[in-house]
Amino acid sequence: KMSLSAKDKATVKAFWAKISSSGEAIGADALSRMLVVYPQTKTYFSHWKDMSPGSAPVKKHGATVMGGVAEAVAKIDDLTSGLLSLSELHAFTLRVDPANFKILSHNILVVLAIMFPTDFTPEVHVAMDKFLAAVARALSEKYR
Amino acid sequence: MVKWSDFERAAIQDIFSKIDYDVVGRAAFSRCLIVYPWTQRYFGSFGNLYNAAAITSNPKVAAHGKVIMAGLEKALTNMDDIKTTYKDLSVLHSEKLQVDPDNFNLLGDCLTIVVAGQMGAAFTPEVQGAFQKFLAVVVASLRKQYY
Repeated sequence: KMSLSAKDKATVKAFWAKISSSGEAIGADALSRMLVVYPQTKTYFSHWKDMSPGSAPVKKHGATVMGGVAEAVAKIDDLTSGLLSLSELHAFTLRVDPANFKILSHNILVVLAIMFPTDFTPEVHVAMDKFLAAVARALSEKYR
Repeated sequence: MVKWSDFERAAIQDIFSKIDYDVVGRAAFSRCLIVYPWTQRYFGSFGNLYNAAAITSNPKVAAHGKVIMAGLEKALTNMDDIKTTYKDLSVLHSEKLQVDPDNFNLLGDCLTIVVAGQMGAAFTPEVQGAFQKFLAVVVASLRKQYY
């Protein structure tokens, strides 16, 4: 298990402080990219009228997802218990195949590279990649 | 044979015409070594890879970034038969270098992120899709001769 060091947590919190006001935009763009570049992920959203980049459902859901990421940053010292109810939601109600967490994480990183080219240094990149992987693990806790 | 739409061909050619090969090669390869440190296993002769600063300033890392981009250039100029173009490269990676092919995807992800940073808003979801398809074909071709 690759856990977050004190340095990783500090890096994530500092970077998040810089970017959190753009949370909704990050979420919308990441989700848009996921749906376009990995069309199999559209299967989870067949109830939406419009899955195109920048559409209302995509924007709204992007904000929801980044709200979850914000919660994870706040609970970074204990993601497993902190994200318990979100894990139950994903495991029992949404039943999202956990492989998709990695896909969405990648697209979040792509958006961060585009929106924050100077701040998204290699050091921030590795800390965020580890953090998103830890969030994915916490979300997968209740699956089986 | 891989089918490329006009949009995909144009998008991929456009990316490569706009990016600085030296910058992108070095940045992507550095990030791979930093974000996925186990990939350093193949580069024991590269000297100091101790931390991110050492990696990003390492001249052998920069030089190898150029080698990687030259390889991608081959695929770019032979988009309709990357599989055949890469036959010897695939044998090289499998038999001589003995690289675990899962690592190709890790480098690919770093390339996508670095190119995204370089291109900014021009790297739209559709352009990203085209670029990632190109990388997927490159990776599949590199894997082809493994046995």
